[in-house]
Amino acid sequence: MSAAFELRIRPRRGWQAVDFREIILYRELLGFLVWRDVKIRYRQTLLGGMWAILQPLIAMLIFSFIFNRMAHVQSDGPPYKLFAYAGVAPWTFFSTAVTLSSNSLLTNQQMVSKVYFPRIFIPIGAVGALLVDLLFSLGLCGVLLLIYRWPLTAAIAWLPVFILAAFLAAAGTGLILSALNVSFRDIKYVVPFIVQMGLFITPVIYPPTYLPQRFQFLLQLNPMAGVVIGFRHALLGTPASWALIGDSLGVSVLLFIFGLLIFRRMENRFADII
Amino acid sequence: MKPIVEIRNISKQYRLGGKRIRKTETFRELLQRAATAPFRAMTGKNGGPTKEQLYEFWALDGVSLNINQGDVLGIIGRNGAGKSTLLKILSRITSPTQGEIVLRGRLASLLEVGTGFHPELTGRENIYLNGAILGMRKAEIDRRFDEIVAFAEVDKFLDTPVKFYSSGMYVRLAFAVAAHLNPEILVVDEVLAVGDLSFQKKCLGKMGEVSRGGRTVLFVSHNMAAVENLCTRAVVLNHGRLRFDGGSKEAIQFYLNSLSDRSGSGHVVELQDVGVRHSPVAPLLKRLEFFTDNEEPLAEGLLVGSRLKVKVHFDLPQPMSGFHAGLGFNNSYGQRIFTAHSFFEPNPPDGEYVGSQVFCCEIPSFTLMPGEYTIKVWIDLRNAADADAIEEAAKITVLESDFYGTGRVPWAGVLVLKHRWYLEPAADAQPTLSRQTSTLI
Repeated sequence: MSAAFELRIRPRRGWQAVDFREIILYRELLGFLVWRDVKIRYRQTLLGGMWAILQPLIAMLIFSFIFNRMAHVQSDGPPYKLFAYAGVAPWTFFSTAVTLSSNSLLTNQQMVSKVYFPRIFIPIGAVGALLVDLLFSLGLCGVLLLIYRWPLTAAIAWLPVFILAAFLAAAGTGLILSALNVSFRDIKYVVPFIVQMGLFITPVIYPPTYLPQRFQFLLQLNPMAGVVIGFRHALLGTPASWALIGDSLGVSVLLFIFGLLIFRRMENRFADII
Repeated sequence: MKPIVEIRNISKQYRLGGKRIRKTETFRELLQRAATAPFRAMTGKNGGPTKEQLYEFWALDGVSLNINQGDVLGIIGRNGAGKSTLLKILSRITSPTQGEIVLRGRLASLLEVGTGFHPELTGRENIYLNGAILGMRKAEIDRRFDEIVAFAEVDKFLDTPVKFYSSGMYVRLAFAVAAHLNPEILVVDEVLAVGDLSFQKKCLGKMGEVSRGGRTVLFVSHNMAAVENLCTRAVVLNHGRLRFDGGSKEAIQFYLNSLSDRSGSGHVVELQDVGVRHSPVAPLLKRLEFFTDNEEPLAEGLLVGSRLKVKVHFDLPQPMSGFHAGLGFNNSYGQRIFTAHSFFEPNPPDGEYVGSQVFCCEIPSFTLMPGEYTIKVWIDLRNAADADAIEEAAKITVLESDFYGTGRVPWAGVLVLKHRWYLEPAADAQPTLSRQTSTLI
């Protein structure tokens, strides 16, 4: 028996610091939760993991037809299909991650009300599991690069940074929405709206230059704008405004920190009201 | 040596979702208020005198308790006494409103069997997942994996998704993982109510083993036999307060005595002041009346197998349809034995009703075993289940009777059922021979 071990349980109210020691103590559980979500996502489907690449691929084909062929939207250099895919891949990650993580506390209600562990693992784990899908869809991007004989540039080295930024943006949004979802089930109706509108205010199907100068600030404030532009820069070598990317990534980081804090503030009451 | 768990003046307040409704308020006022709430919120007029008082309720009210290492402590009390809240605070699932707890050892809690089990994952995968959720390290699970599988007796189905498991296998596997946790303090809530009898015995055995190993166990149960066997010490909670702390036998006696205190008895039970009432909508229930065979008022005990008719008197402040009433019969351990609910009635009253109502429930033959039962009564409205509910509103004593018409009194089980026994000619009947053998032996 460890004589030194002592834990005090006290009332908790208001803002709390994130308990990193505890997160490290429980780190294996986060791994297990990610592993579980990966394992069960495509269980009992015919195509299994293929869905990870089919979703962005089909979206890309539809967007190419509607926006490129019908509406004559042009890319800023590479073939439109490549251009669209490099944007759709991170966007699919973001939209699926936000949808699943905002609902994650409710789908894991039983765990929230019956066991103790750092609650942030639930939304974060849901987002983490989707990183696996993102890697698969990036694999398909490599295949498309070969088909279109489009050369990779040294900018590919930036890719991990933008993957991390995509993770922070999705996790930040997921933390806020999942915490709010416990008390306000309205969130369920807000999320599809955010995801749908987000597609149009993020340069996924059009290059950022399409947006008039006076609206460019919208891209700076949009955490996913920097991610999408960055993915294109890294994968296709398209030009990128680093000032814009920097601002947008800064917003991602702030969003994530804010998400952690608001989640910590609200998690006290999860078990009581879920 | 300092106690391994020190509970210092712990209180927990819940604010129940429903707004508290003043008695003078009519349903129409309520509806009006609900309809205008969004506008009031927008115009900021929500503050001030119109601000609704949330329904506040103290699940725990200043509980202090020291638990020493090696104690096997039973926690007993009726439903809603605060037992589960105390365990949830100890497990850090919810935080206390006031007070402090000092834990001087690692605590693992088992408030439910199989938390986090995923039906699509195999037995093997769920062992790891569930183990991690309960706080085990992967290396620890690896080490104890074979033991867990042997205890659960599911080795043949390890790689089958648990959704194909029988409920018995599922529970065995889930308990097996939990049973191999190795904490210094183990907190267990009523999980043994699941599973078949032999498995329950095995679980109790395992818990006994854990406690003999010098660990500290906190055990909440309605199973008084288990508490008496396992626990060296027990506390009784009632309405969020600690009422008794002592030997487990004495605690059980105290608890059983306290049960019969507050419930009403007699032919007519006025419901103003009995039992534990929870009226999220309004106190609608007024009175219960009991009758037996030939509409005779039931003043004393009810004979096993005779007719029970209960008249539930209540008020409907507004014309409404689609309301229901329920009666729940609990045995002296607080376990629900039978529920009679108007929802099951094939020809429920239709149309709208308002004002005083008498809803009758007829049970042609009440076949629960002789003993004492407490009755919970409640009203469900169309949009509000449990609109008014009273736990232990009344109690009823079932007396032995010649139910089978043989003069013999049933002695075991929870109910009596009409049944027959007779011999049928066996397929390979050799009547003379078999009679001979039997006389020979």
